[in-house]
Amino acid sequence: MLRKVVVAIFVLFSFILQCSVFDKLAFAGIIPNLMIILTSSFGFMRGEKEGLIIGFFCGLLSDVFFGNFLGFYALVLMYIGYLNGKFSRIFYPEDIKLPIALIITSDLSYGILCYILLFMLRGKFQFGYYFSHVILPEALYTIVITMFLYPVILKVNEKLEAREKRRAQKFV
Amino acid sequence: MSPVIKRKGERFTLSSKYLLLILTILCTLMMLITFGTDVFNRPFNTVVGYVVVPFQQGIGKLGGWLSNRSEELVQIRTLLDENARLKEEIASLTEENTMLQQDKYELNTLRQLMDLSEQYEEYNKVGARIISRDSGNWYSSFTIDKGTDDGLCIDMNVIAGGGLVGRITSVGPNWSKVTSIISDNSNVSGMTLSTQDNLIVSGDLKLMAAGCITFSQLVDSQNMVVEGDKVVTSNISDKFLPNILIGYISRIDKDANNLTKSGLIVPAVDFEHLGEVLVITDLKQTVSEE
Repeated sequence: MLRKVVVAIFVLFSFILQCSVFDKLAFAGIIPNLMIILTSSFGFMRGEKEGLIIGFFCGLLSDVFFGNFLGFYALVLMYIGYLNGKFSRIFYPEDIKLPIALIITSDLSYGILCYILLFMLRGKFQFGYYFSHVILPEALYTIVITMFLYPVILKVNEKLEAREKRRAQKFV
Repeated sequence: MSPVIKRKGERFTLSSKYLLLILTILCTLMMLITFGTDVFNRPFNTVVGYVVVPFQQGIGKLGGWLSNRSEELVQIRTLLDENARLKEEIASLTEENTMLQQDKYELNTLRQLMDLSEQYEEYNKVGARIISRDSGNWYSSFTIDKGTDDGLCIDMNVIAGGGLVGRITSVGPNWSKVTSIISDNSNVSGMTLSTQDNLIVSGDLKLMAAGCITFSQLVDSQNMVVEGDKVVTSNISDKFLPNILIGYISRIDKDANNLTKSGLIVPAVDFEHLGEVLVITDLKQTVSEE
């Protein structure tokens, strides 16, 4: 129960941060993607199921506010969370390389997917331009933010897991 | 035992593969349904209106306050200079104003004589504050802090600083989403003010950084349209009210078909520094299809 509340607060807080505070901190009009950081880190820390559920709700929030129809971002982020969950078996909290690699790959594939579905299908084929001016800067900025946000998520998750373990032992 | 639902102790759990499948189907269904209708929008918009929007309003206010404080410190000196300059300008403008008022008085009497109605109707407007912008980098839209509770509804036009900003595309009880005309998925039917030629104004992500939007399908066989011409919303648009300033033409190119022209427009609104906008609460009158 506590985990659900904490995660919900995380999702809401990052969404609000992303659309109001980072708007002021945008470099060349590009804002980082906190939803990806959240979805993929909970994915590889907690497994497929949690990743896909968090991704679904993160995406749904963006859909309701800024989507032209519901379900698009929810679907994309859900799959990203699920695929990140596949890596939970080789995830160790001490290792920082895997999370960074996974988050950057997730953000790049998110960008490319958005380009294909939102732009290429409308006949805008200059992939090089969109890649170098939107997708890549967003991924780089996201990685910079990850350096600050990821340790917080990791710490909170460890605290939650320790608490869950204690409670489970109590019942044995 | 069913392979889909596993009984673990007392609780039912759903394997992640099947959950993924179910949610995928749900998302696809939602997309299909909301593509044409807005069945889900009302409940969802109401819920997020009460959960997320208050925080956004708070952060928006705090951010605005902080940036105002920092600007105040920097700008006091420049403001003093500007104040002196503006005072001179006021003096000259007052003089000009009296002259114009005389002209207007004359115009009104002449109009009464000619029995002409006012050229432009005065629209009813509501001010609103921008509280957040699009969470992605692909399209350009933002939310404002007023919604159905303040009498707003979908398709109302939004202006700022005398120019067109966009229109409301989604509305909740205390917020609404505005899709701006510089967004890549936006098209506006416009016309040149001088020659009344129709054209299509579209946003473009590539030109967003340069602060431009494109226009196309301008039929100008007389070659009368020149750079610097004013572009306003057209009479034939079914979403936008007529004669709202969009911007000024900055480049004209002839299309490959030799019939139409396209080019660039510099918008009248500074989209980088939008803080408050005005929503026109009058809707464009349309003929209902029966």
